[in-house]
Amino acid sequence: MSDTQVLPAAIDPVARPARRSEWRAAYFGTPGNALTTLVCGAVILLIAKLAFGWLFLDAVFDGGADACKQSSGACWPFLADKLRYMLFGFYPFEEQWRPLVALCLFLGACCVSMVPRVWGRGLLLAWALVILPVLYVLMAGGIFGLTAVPTSKWGGLPLSFMLSFVGLAFALPLGIGLALARASHLPAIRVLGVGFIELVRGVPLISILFMAAVMLPLFMPDGVTIDKLLRAQVAIILFAAAYIAEIVRGGLQDVPTGQYEAGRALGLHYWQVMFKIVLPQALKKVIPALVSLFIAFFQDTTLVTIIGLLDFLDTVRTALRDPDWQGIAVLEGYVFAAAVYFVFSALMGAYSRFLERHFNTSYR
Amino acid sequence: MLFLNDARFRAVFYQFVAISLVLLAAWAMYATASANLAKQDIATGFDFLSRQAGIAISESSIAYGPTDTVARAILVGLINTIKVSFLAALFGTIIGVLVGIGRMSTNPLLSRLMLAYVELLRNVPLLLYLFLWYFLIILVFPPVRQAIQLFPGFFLSNSGLAMPALEWQSGFGLTFAALAFGIASALVVRGVSQRRRIQSGKANAGWIFALVLLVLPVLAVWASGAISLSWSAPEAGRFRLTGGLQIRPEFVALLVGLMLNLSASVAEIVRAGIQAVSRGQWEAAQALGLPRSRTLRLVVLPQALRVIIPPLTNTYLTVFKNSSLAIAIGYPDLVMVSNTIMNQTGQAMETIAIFMGIYLGLSVAISLFMNWYNARVALKAR
Repeated sequence: MSDTQVLPAAIDPVARPARRSEWRAAYFGTPGNALTTLVCGAVILLIAKLAFGWLFLDAVFDGGADACKQSSGACWPFLADKLRYMLFGFYPFEEQWRPLVALCLFLGACCVSMVPRVWGRGLLLAWALVILPVLYVLMAGGIFGLTAVPTSKWGGLPLSFMLSFVGLAFALPLGIGLALARASHLPAIRVLGVGFIELVRGVPLISILFMAAVMLPLFMPDGVTIDKLLRAQVAIILFAAAYIAEIVRGGLQDVPTGQYEAGRALGLHYWQVMFKIVLPQALKKVIPALVSLFIAFFQDTTLVTIIGLLDFLDTVRTALRDPDWQGIAVLEGYVFAAAVYFVFSALMGAYSRFLERHFNTSYR
Repeated sequence: MLFLNDARFRAVFYQFVAISLVLLAAWAMYATASANLAKQDIATGFDFLSRQAGIAISESSIAYGPTDTVARAILVGLINTIKVSFLAALFGTIIGVLVGIGRMSTNPLLSRLMLAYVELLRNVPLLLYLFLWYFLIILVFPPVRQAIQLFPGFFLSNSGLAMPALEWQSGFGLTFAALAFGIASALVVRGVSQRRRIQSGKANAGWIFALVLLVLPVLAVWASGAISLSWSAPEAGRFRLTGGLQIRPEFVALLVGLMLNLSASVAEIVRAGIQAVSRGQWEAAQALGLPRSRTLRLVVLPQALRVIIPPLTNTYLTVFKNSSLAIAIGYPDLVMVSNTIMNQTGQAMETIAIFMGIYLGLSVAISLFMNWYNARVALKAR
């Protein structure tokens, strides 16, 4: 689904014009160029006018559904009315401070973790032992006087983040293992690795989600049922692992064989060579690619709405179908959802480009 | 365990353990699944394929009705999947190449505009766009009863575009054969003329000859009177249009969504490919007196193609797999038809196995074809 292609950093193809004459040459250098400038300018102005008119001039700022029905512009009261539902879904209304705190904690922790200087074993332990358990307790409750909230009530933005983040966090070690299996010199291990990776990459994510939703219960012994959310999460982990394995494989191929051989010549064991010499070099090269993959997976988690989980896109869509607002604020809902996805994806994209510059590596 | 210190034995031992674990897991899953199925009284096996499907499919390129078999219903879904992915790949590539070249423009306004286009498409989920396009189509166009008549016989409404369809009474096979023959002979002539041109260094009129050969057989068949055609025009009923060729909004929304999504990826790939060609190539072509457009077409793009093909393969595979999102807006593709069949027969395992197998097989076929093409355009070391 998300065959993200890693491309070199977006180099600005146009050097910024410095002087006035250069400005003129860049915009009106030749007749063809001048025409391009005029056409593009007209397109930009038209889009800006339409967007501004819809968002502000013709928009309804207060009032209810009836006021929105009259107007051709955006319906802001809809957002105000449904915002909490869109963000948190069916999470019990009085308890919605919990997903909010969890969301803020998660985003704050992510921001801190994005600084390469704090990377290390300590950060990993902090995530595993402090942040993730706290997030889970906040969401699920059941102890410390928090009311228990079953996963079937989880929804909205926290669910989208959880599916993509937890998915990638668990898929990473699995993907590294698969990449090592694929590069192994033991034929049976290699065949198993290649088989899994190609099988998963050859089919759409939706089919794997279907498998998790419909087929997995058949494989369970009597009386054992697995939570629907967990099943979707497992499907996403397996799916992501295959894509991560291919990215890590690219990194492994970039490490010269001499590194491996030198390690073995020093008397190190295979695992020691891999974990202390080869993988650190390989992973460092593929970190920006992994961030791009994360963006793709953040967007792909929207597919869980098809198997009936309430992710952010789904809560927005159900908000649109609210009887009070039905058919009135559809465009508003989609534009709002698109804006949320856009902001997070674009920020991650900017971060990926920053990392690329930071490590100063480039890929094909 | 002393014997584990022997590297050769260890290798065999690990592989043995890995394979037995996989086999054990497979066996355990098979055993529980068959026990569960027996308990729920669900039939197993692929017999259901030849049974009557009993489902209506809103869009089909081959003759199909609810009384046809399940296998045929799946085939209809597969053809729909291929149709929409092929068209999306075709149009998406054309748009993407143009956008990618626009991104490289020396005009800052144009390149920024193209950057905005790419970023807007890449940073918002495809599924959201599909919902949005579908909604916009329904919103913008009037209901069937007030369908807009563009030309006589062309109706535009929120249930799609209906237009007169060409129906073959006879001569379809003959025309097809003539067309194939024309293409083959034109290709041969073009190859010969190109070789001559390279040898002699002079332009020749081979392309005119090839063009004549391309259309001549079809014209000959047409002139011989072996073809008879008829038009079937859509008729406006009370609630829907019947007859003719109907392009449904689900199809258009899916096509537009996939196409735009693909075009953004293609644009980035093309840009990266063009940037990978060294400046010296541009300058050398300029020194030879080639204008910018011909430099791009004859010098830069053929070299960029080598960098472009492998990632392009991935995006084509992606669009093929993404077409499965059709189920969200109700376009009857392979997954949606399979899903309906699954709900009706209860044979989830077989149905999922079938469509996963089809996706896997076609993915492999696409990547094999693209690898072959890649080998053709790859730099040949002499």
